[in-house]
Amino acid sequence: MAQTLVEKIFSKASGKEVKAGEFVMANIDLAMIHDITAPLAIKAFREILGSDAKVWDKSKVIMAFDHQVPADSVHAAENHKMLRKFAEEQGILNYDVKGGIAHQIMVENHVEPGMLIVGADSHTCMYGALGAFATGIGSTDMGFVLAMGKLWFKVPESIRFNVHGKLEKHVYGKDIVLKLIGMVGADGANYKACIYSGEVVEKLGMSDRLTMCNMAIEMGGKAGIVEPDKTTLEYLKAMGRPYEGELLKSDEDAEFQEVELDVTGMEPQVAAPHRVDNVVGISEVEGTRVDQVFIGSCTNGRYEDLKIAAEILKGEKVASNVRLIVIPASHREYRRALKEGLIEIFVDAGALVEAPCCGPCMGGSFGLIASGEVSVSTSNRNFIGRQGSPEGKIYLVNPAVAAATAIYGEITDPRKIK
Amino acid sequence: MGRAWKFGDDIDTDVIIQGKYLVINEPEELAKHVFENLRPEFAKEVKKGDFVVAGENFGCGSSREHAPLALKATGIEAVIAKSYARIFFRNAINIGLRVLECKETDKIEDGDELEVDYEKGVIYNKTKGEEYPINPLPDFLKEILEKGGLVEFAKSLRERA
Repeated sequence: MAQTLVEKIFSKASGKEVKAGEFVMANIDLAMIHDITAPLAIKAFREILGSDAKVWDKSKVIMAFDHQVPADSVHAAENHKMLRKFAEEQGILNYDVKGGIAHQIMVENHVEPGMLIVGADSHTCMYGALGAFATGIGSTDMGFVLAMGKLWFKVPESIRFNVHGKLEKHVYGKDIVLKLIGMVGADGANYKACIYSGEVVEKLGMSDRLTMCNMAIEMGGKAGIVEPDKTTLEYLKAMGRPYEGELLKSDEDAEFQEVELDVTGMEPQVAAPHRVDNVVGISEVEGTRVDQVFIGSCTNGRYEDLKIAAEILKGEKVASNVRLIVIPASHREYRRALKEGLIEIFVDAGALVEAPCCGPCMGGSFGLIASGEVSVSTSNRNFIGRQGSPEGKIYLVNPAVAAATAIYGEITDPRKIK
Repeated sequence: MGRAWKFGDDIDTDVIIQGKYLVINEPEELAKHVFENLRPEFAKEVKKGDFVVAGENFGCGSSREHAPLALKATGIEAVIAKSYARIFFRNAINIGLRVLECKETDKIEDGDELEVDYEKGVIYNKTKGEEYPINPLPDFLKEILEKGGLVEFAKSLRERA
């Protein structure tokens, strides 16, 4: 039977040959919990197993604090305190406030091709950039996983997005995925796995692939995936954990729903308020006055993103009407950016550089916007109130657009300046 | 019987419960802030037994279980939508919030009085004198619901093992 990569991963995880549409109980390879969703997950876990409950396999559960870091309220501090105690009692790995964004920590240190991974956060779908199947689940589902080491799934069908053509300067993985979200809509891939393919994706580096997989959820996707290849193996090697196991890939005659995109001549894309699928070319929103620019998040806070932004910001100053917030996605990305002089460029330009965390992305912590203000952000959601006031507006962009916008104080096409 | 609170398509979890409230783990506290930025009057005026009625892709966005928990704690009888985002739907089933799939929600207006017959799988619109079918759940999900949610389902699996 010809199978998609997704069907192969679920066959491996459930111990029987499965196809899309089947319900399976599948074994979980890794589970990620963070400071916002873990408290409710632990509550469900204890309801299932009792107060002296032990997780099914302490080597497979990873905890990190990233949403409210460092603790920004007594509420958050109490949650962190409880979670620290839980991690210690259970003997599970806890990056605490020191590692950065959980998703970035996972891909750098834990994710391997072919794994079935769940995380108590919707952007867990990012890990598929390494050829794994990773999906976001709620806290009760996570409680079940912590207790049982498995979870029920409906094996999803796969949409294969074939991306062809040639990318323009300052057009990146972010623009491709925004374009695709705009094409299929916010529920265009609901219940389905999004497999990114084609000559353009094959040439993309891991950072861009991660961005694209990260945003699969914004079209309803259950997972974002790039079939593992040389780039995948090189990335794992660079992370100090070369992978020599089996590389599962889709069979050539497996069944997909296919979507085609030719990116030749495509300008940088922007998701305008208040929907991620409200996607337009930058020329339609150029000149929009901006109050805050955020460069960071699990979507676009990696070294590669910071480098793109720094090259534009080098020797420039942030416009007087703008506050620029830059947050590397992880400790590793932060160190690299620091070592290679990027942080100095940001600071000299007048940016606020914060320690690795989710920052303003989900509006639960610092860096909020006021009523009537406009935020330009490299993150993944522009819903009403997402970054503060419900009367604020959020435009989602790539890091080059964000940097150019910070300099000019209005939405700016980076191709016109550098 | 309860009144319909009508919403549109793609109601996201940030709008159901904003990120700044996610430090709260108590459902009753969360319930005070449901739809705060979209319909500020909702949390104050919603009554036990009311219905949240929406279009396609209800609950899209974040995996926060605070969203179905908060909705459930408002005392609503059920959410009725044309379709649901995947994670929200799972979370709702897992915590025992009724999520009914019905393709005819366009016919329901804000303020209509509704009643549901779960056995027959029918929604009655008392205001308009109409009835709409509910799409049945897959057997696998029915089993979880019959056990009383995922926690009870897990306990039953452990007993079987």
